[in-house]
Amino acid sequence: MPGTTLLMGAVAYDPKVVTIWEGFRHYLAGKGLPFDFVLYSHYERQVEDLVDGRLDAAWNSPLAWLRAQRLAAARGRTVRSAVMRDTDQDLTSVVVVRADSAYAGLGDLQGQVMGVGAVDSPQATLIPLSHLRAAGIRPDEDVVVHRFDVGVGLHGDHIGGERDAARALVAGEVEAACMIDGNHLLFSQEGTLPAGATRVLAQTEPYDHCNMTLVDTAPTDLAEEFVELLLAMSYADPQVRPLLDLEGLKVWRPGRDIGYTALDRAVTQTGFYDERGGLTAKEYIP
Amino acid sequence: MLRVVGSDPALGVHLRAWCRGAGHVFSDEPAESYQIARGLAEQQRWTGAERAGGAAPTDIVRRPPAHWGLAARGALVEAGGPGPSFDLDDRDVVWADLAPRLYAHAAAAQWDPATAVDWGAGTDLPDDIETAVVQVMTYLVENEQAAMVIPARLLARVHPHFREVQQLLAVQAADEARHLEVFTRRALSTGRPMGTSSAGGRESLNTLLMEPDFSLASFLLSVLGEGSFLSLLGFLDEHAPDPVTRQVTRLARVDEARHVAFGVAHLEHQAALDPTLKGRLRAAVERRHDSLTDTAGLNADVFDALIILAAGSWEPEAIRRGHAAVRALHDAMDEGRRQRLTRLGFPADEAAELSALHTRNFM
Ligand SMILES: [Fe+2]
Ligand SMILES: [Fe+2]
Repeated sequence: MPGTTLLMGAVAYDPKVVTIWEGFRHYLAGKGLPFDFVLYSHYERQVEDLVDGRLDAAWNSPLAWLRAQRLAAARGRTVRSAVMRDTDQDLTSVVVVRADSAYAGLGDLQGQVMGVGAVDSPQATLIPLSHLRAAGIRPDEDVVVHRFDVGVGLHGDHIGGERDAARALVAGEVEAACMIDGNHLLFSQEGTLPAGATRVLAQTEPYDHCNMTLVDTAPTDLAEEFVELLLAMSYADPQVRPLLDLEGLKVWRPGRDIGYTALDRAVTQTGFYDERGGLTAKEYIP
Repeated sequence: MLRVVGSDPALGVHLRAWCRGAGHVFSDEPAESYQIARGLAEQQRWTGAERAGGAAPTDIVRRPPAHWGLAARGALVEAGGPGPSFDLDDRDVVWADLAPRLYAHAAAAQWDPATAVDWGAGTDLPDDIETAVVQVMTYLVENEQAAMVIPARLLARVHPHFREVQQLLAVQAADEARHLEVFTRRALSTGRPMGTSSAGGRESLNTLLMEPDFSLASFLLSVLGEGSFLSLLGFLDEHAPDPVTRQVTRLARVDEARHVAFGVAHLEHQAALDPTLKGRLRAAVERRHDSLTDTAGLNADVFDALIILAAGSWEPEAIRRGHAAVRALHDAMDEGRRQRLTRLGFPADEAAELSALHTRNFM
């Protein structure tokens, strides 16, 4: 029922996604917003459906957001980053090496094997490799890139690739591994990276992660209500708290689009998408 | 604003990630220093939190809400969270002021089956007598099973706010676990197979298992059933043909006295608050009697075994004495039930009438 229900897309990267959006659906319905969601198995179809107007909103990965922007621009539509989690802002990625290795800077990785995440992971592949380029190191030419393709199509939402790269680093199969800052902390805590066994060789500038993307074909009043209801969710409310905990935030923040420059550059450098949002990435089958 | 300094080279990386997850604001300005502004989440979490009553038994509330759940009584409970269904959540239904004292007493009175019984003492009895002992033990084990399962089931339904009642029921179940052990061990001590289990006996116990009402279950099991068992265990203590049989029945009897005491105390407490209780107790006895009318009652093998134990032999004169002793046991059970019914406020004639309707299986 387009126009009478706000329809959102989300990618089912984990079974808990059903629980999360069922919870939000119930909560939003209780606040008077007719809201429903559609689950996708990967981001590419979700973004296409959003820009085609089959969805009003999409919970987008940073990569999906960039593609939505490109697709929309090519068709004379507009999309906006309407809300984000507090945890989606100002993330960094790190390049990690074994603590006892001799590498003092990225330049020392010349000729070595570097482990990255899945081909479509912003935080563990695209952004770190772009960071390397900025430091004058050409991936696949100056360093050998070993990709750990787990959950391709999920834009890095699946942690498996990063964990495999971390394991390979400890096992000596790669000389460096790329991951998001929080996963370096997590892998250290859970023992995937033994305490003191690794050190951070480089850290990227802060960037932003997921956002709730709205397309201009969405019914304005419902879209506004949706955003307002999300922004009004308070961690002090015991009904809301479990939902926020599950989705991994303490507070929703107004969306912004300033935190995607590094990824946009990486997408352009690698030709992951073309300017019109076409799917041009090599070795990418979602 | 909190300034953080440290020597770990990854401090900045980890602190940034940790702050993001915890809802704090991280800053690495000015260069080489880390600052944290506290987020609101932790304080927000405790808005609307409330105390789950008071810690002391005197500070229990009448109807603890479901979402207090497993929280310690008196704890500061965060709002929200699951609301597990502990359906026995009314103080006036489950509580007895005596419960904390009875629990402490029960905990102190736990005995170790391995050492409390002198298992080496002889059980070298004539065949018929040993067979009678084995039959009685088989019957006791079956009844102890019911006596263990029922408090365990009730315990799982009691709201944890009434902790002392749960604890008492837990120890009661543990008591029965030990009874099961010692009666089984005595039965098997001479290598004979177990005795018989009658459908009528199990039918009687099944009506106890089927009773969902806390007060009625407690009444039928503890006041009437275990009450009758006090007399039975006393009888076995008196007529035990060997020291092991005497010791195990005596040890069990002390525990049973406590179970009966809680049942009576709990129902006395409740009868004082609820004038309709006596009518419901009466109806429960009548209902159970009706459902057991066409069953065989006490296993005939058990009846015979009791006579043999009291008789000591198959001599006609001994059997006459044994039979008289079992009749006296019936009278003693009846007398005990009438006394306890009177304590719950039944007039003497009604107490006698209800006692007579009690199951012929004793429990
Ligand atoms: Fe017992
Ligand atoms: Fe008992």
